[in-house]
Amino acid sequence: MMTEISLNVLDVAQNSIRAGASRIIIDIQVSHKEDRLKVIISDNGCGMTDSQLAHVDDPFYSTRTTRTIGLGIPFFKNGAEMTGGTFSIKSEAGKGTEVTAVFVLSHIDRMPLGDITSTMLSLITCNENIDFVYTYGVDNRSFTLDTREFRKILGDISYQEPDVYNYIKEYLQEHKDDLDQGKYI
Amino acid sequence: MKTLEELKAIREKMQGQIGLRSEDSDKTRVVVGMATCGIASGARPVLTALSDAVQSKHLSNVTVTQTGCIGLCQYEPIVEVMEPGKDKVTYVKMTPEKALEVVEQHLIRGQIVGKYTISSEGRL
Repeated sequence: MMTEISLNVLDVAQNSIRAGASRIIIDIQVSHKEDRLKVIISDNGCGMTDSQLAHVDDPFYSTRTTRTIGLGIPFFKNGAEMTGGTFSIKSEAGKGTEVTAVFVLSHIDRMPLGDITSTMLSLITCNENIDFVYTYGVDNRSFTLDTREFRKILGDISYQEPDVYNYIKEYLQEHKDDLDQGKYI
Repeated sequence: MKTLEELKAIREKMQGQIGLRSEDSDKTRVVVGMATCGIASGARPVLTALSDAVQSKHLSNVTVTQTGCIGLCQYEPIVEVMEPGKDKVTYVKMTPEKALEVVEQHLIRGQIVGKYTISSEGRL
């Protein structure tokens, strides 16, 4: 069981990594006016065939060989739908996959967004060969982190160098705090 | 707030030190299982604790990475330590606190923390 939306994001992004994606886009938009929290995760990985897509929310279907059960997508889907929200996946073999989950913001059963900074920090610093485009928006304001900009500046310097790691961590946290304005989302 | 200018300054500072970085083949790899099973049992705080400790203690010969499910879901969160030329050590049912012990004892002092390895479970 996942206790934060940010853990679902980490989990579903792992699917993109396993699909061989070189670019992963993570977009989180919070709207108090529309009472929605929308998460979109899209990648340019290997995608799924129609028959794989048909089984995607079946927990007893998995293409992996280490175990036969796959709960990642069912968890995320159920988490969104139990708030009265929606869940959808678009995918095309050879092109990529896009997962969209919409949560009703004010619903009592909505998980907190949680520590999205840790999720993004671990995705970025553990997968240096993948470009991440991360957008976080609250109402009408948002910020975007595109790791291609970091890579252009850093050249071959690793994200795991202490100064760089701390820079990315603070960059993520400061921008999020600025948008949240003390609200706990 | 942090700007890209600050990142440029970090790069300028580091360019003088590039010769000090070790080759990847000499590095110890610390791998955390990050599939649904790992994440649901608390792997993210374990990974964060390991990364933070490796940065703050300047263990420049260690890289922390993540992997998928290795098929031992009941033992998650799992941390594997792979040192060049040595057998892989698999730590199971990790917590951030146990992970810090592994950093101190194993990564810094070279002593395997036997009480947390998979063989301590008495099944493998």
